[in-house]
Amino acid sequence: MNFDLSSEAQMLQDSLRRFLSDSYDADSRARAIEAGYSPDIWAGLADLGVIGALFTEDQGGFGGTGFDIALIFEELGRAGAVDPLLDTGVLASGILADLDDPAGLLDEVIAGSVQLAFAHGEPGGRYGGRVQTVATQVGDDWHLAGRKAVVVNAPLADHLVVSARNGDEISLYLAEKGLAGIRPYPVTGGGMAAEVTLENVPATYLGPAGDVIARAEARATLALCAEALGLMEHIRTLTIDYLKTRKQFGRPIGSFQVLQHRMADVLIEIEQARSAVVNLAGNLDGPDRDRHVSATKNLVGEVARLVVEESIQMHGGIGMTTEYELGHFAKRLTMVDHRFGDALYHLERFIALSAA
Amino acid sequence: MNLDYSDDQKAFRAEVQAFLDAELPERLTDAGRKGRAPNKAEYEEWHAILNRRGWLAVNWPVAFGGTGWDAVQRHIFEEETTARGAPRIVPFGLHMLGPVLQKFGSEEQQNHWLPRILSGEDWWCQGYSEPGAGSDLASLKCEAVRDGDHFLVNGQKTWTTLGQHANMIFCLVRTSKEGKPQEGISFLLIDMNSPGVEVRPIVLLDGSAEVNEVWFTDVKVPASNIVGEVNKGWTYAKYLLTHERTNIAGVGFANAGLANLKRIARAEVDGDRPLNDNPHFAARVARVEIDLMAMATTNLRVVSAAASGQAPGPESSMLKVKGTIIRQEINALTRTAIGPWALPFQSETLEGSNEGEIGPDYAQRATGQYLNNRKLSIYGGSNEVQRSIIAKSLLEL
Ligand SMILES: Cc1cc2nc3c(=O)[nH]c(=O)nc-3n(C[C@H](O)[C@H](O)[C@H](O)COP(=O)(O)OP(=O)(O)OC[C@H]3O[C@@H](n4cnc5c(N)ncnc54)[C@H](O)[C@@H]3O)c2cc1C
Repeated sequence: MNFDLSSEAQMLQDSLRRFLSDSYDADSRARAIEAGYSPDIWAGLADLGVIGALFTEDQGGFGGTGFDIALIFEELGRAGAVDPLLDTGVLASGILADLDDPAGLLDEVIAGSVQLAFAHGEPGGRYGGRVQTVATQVGDDWHLAGRKAVVVNAPLADHLVVSARNGDEISLYLAEKGLAGIRPYPVTGGGMAAEVTLENVPATYLGPAGDVIARAEARATLALCAEALGLMEHIRTLTIDYLKTRKQFGRPIGSFQVLQHRMADVLIEIEQARSAVVNLAGNLDGPDRDRHVSATKNLVGEVARLVVEESIQMHGGIGMTTEYELGHFAKRLTMVDHRFGDALYHLERFIALSAA
Repeated sequence: MNLDYSDDQKAFRAEVQAFLDAELPERLTDAGRKGRAPNKAEYEEWHAILNRRGWLAVNWPVAFGGTGWDAVQRHIFEEETTARGAPRIVPFGLHMLGPVLQKFGSEEQQNHWLPRILSGEDWWCQGYSEPGAGSDLASLKCEAVRDGDHFLVNGQKTWTTLGQHANMIFCLVRTSKEGKPQEGISFLLIDMNSPGVEVRPIVLLDGSAEVNEVWFTDVKVPASNIVGEVNKGWTYAKYLLTHERTNIAGVGFANAGLANLKRIARAEVDGDRPLNDNPHFAARVARVEIDLMAMATTNLRVVSAAASGQAPGPESSMLKVKGTIIRQEINALTRTAIGPWALPFQSETLEGSNEGEIGPDYAQRATGQYLNNRKLSIYGGSNEVQRSIIAKSLLEL
């Protein structure tokens, strides 16, 4: 057993951390939040090979393991980055890669020249993935009709990967974003999403859903949990700094034992989150994948709430403002529980999988 | 012991209900239903309606134009109005400054300021906190120096709630640097339209701008605006605090929040059942409801022990801590209940443009409210400070 990073991974981590801390300051983050992402940073991520590191050699990349995903997304989280690498580089392209890239898009994804979104959830469907969008064959083409809810990155995407049913069969399709009805809006904590209306939108058939969606969502869940870990790490740094510098009653508030103990608990729980991310990264391609997905997502969801609430509380009023850096990190971390199933959803799923 | 309201209290409740049926227009409950903060006009309209009925100053004595209600009557009124989603009564003039002026103000001050609070002519805000003086309020620095028949004020206040609507601010200011910090503080009333007053909004996590920074640069304030004696402001501030803490448990808000949460849990579909039937979710809702049922009675035990017109003592710290924990848990469960609809950022500032609304109506403000209500355990004396009060005053540790 060895918990150290390989030397290549260490190098990637170092250069990514340096790149993000050079590129992300309060102003550039504010601009990226406004625009949904930062074109400069996106190009930089491609140049550094960060996107390529999310794919295996067969797929045209040079990584693609769970540990590669975890390393990259922890750094994005640490920087509070809002760029849609999860949606383009892991979720939607994970589906394409799994189906042998029928549309030949992966090279462009790795080069950073294309943006994708996975349109799966539907209004009223919560996290269950109930698919009512209908695919109908028209000659060689397919037409999609239905509504997709809270499609993250749809406003920026060039193509949408869409789940739809043909009778009882759920399959995956590729549609031009420009042909769908898009109602865009900002996401709490950064990024863009949209309500998507499909009115007989022509699409290409990619393949049957089978285990493809679950596999892609497992990878995306790992990415999200690793990002959450990075967000927690930065929040921890901010809060410890604040406890040391903020003075009330003539002394640093970090000298009050009650706050020391609370911060100690936060630290313990963040280490739990780190281990949960390691567990999932190591089991991503193993037989026990889904139990680990649920265990990790449940734990990270619970810890995220603790970290957000305790860090704001220990900052006092300043922790409630958008002006101070904590605000962005706290909001982004809060949203982690609202994608790919929340702590409650995964608790129930974990129980069911454990009984099976 | 008898948990039922007396016949008189039941009759009072019926009277309040009849009043609300007749006088609370639906447009004034829109904010409550949507979970957004009422705007200035909504607050003012509701105040005027209550004032016409003589029910605006719920904890003032009749002699000053108040209701003279006892603690249980105030509780009933609070319960009924929040259950309907009426705007809350803006507390700064009515619940904070009013009682201070009645106890420590001169007759002239009482005659001048109190009627203007009732009529809505003045909108007050509270200028206590400063960037360097939060929990340690006595370390405040904003300075007032006597200069003939007026004071010259210099310094900064912050976190001033609804200061953007206010024309008057009551401040704690430093008038002496001698002795203990508490002994050099005075209670001063400042016209916000005076030259040298500047107000800047602070945007909170949910995008709302309900708090402000306020700067004073050589602001001239008539000496007659000092309340009570110079350098005795700390005593008045402590008295005010006991009144600020009435209704601190927020039982009415918690009940309304719980009802809303249950409505959402019935409407949200979770797999092949309503979210309500998810046993893990239902267990958490049940747990907070059980806590709330007991806390409502703790609240009544505390408020009915306080004599008519009086505020409860250190027991109110228990109500603050437990009450805020319960309300924040309800907010967190509500955020959980709306599922992926938590993601769209729906700021209050989008209010009014229907285009801003994404997803079901009940989802609009749930994330914002969760974030915004982190304030409950920070302001009005943080929960850490309240626990220290409990340790000192109730536990005598
Ligand atoms: C939304 C909002 C509205 C507000 N409205 C007003 C208003 O209208 N007027 C006004 O004057 N003020 C207002 N306040 C200010 C509020 O009263 C202060 O935020 C509060 O007193 C805490 O001060 P602080 O924010 O400086 O935090 P700090 O005092 O710096 O506290 C930071 C952390 O340290 C903890 N801490 C501090 N001292 C101790 C101790 N001795 N032992 C253990 N823990 C400790 C606190 O509990 C907190 O967790 C408002 C605040 C907010 C957030």
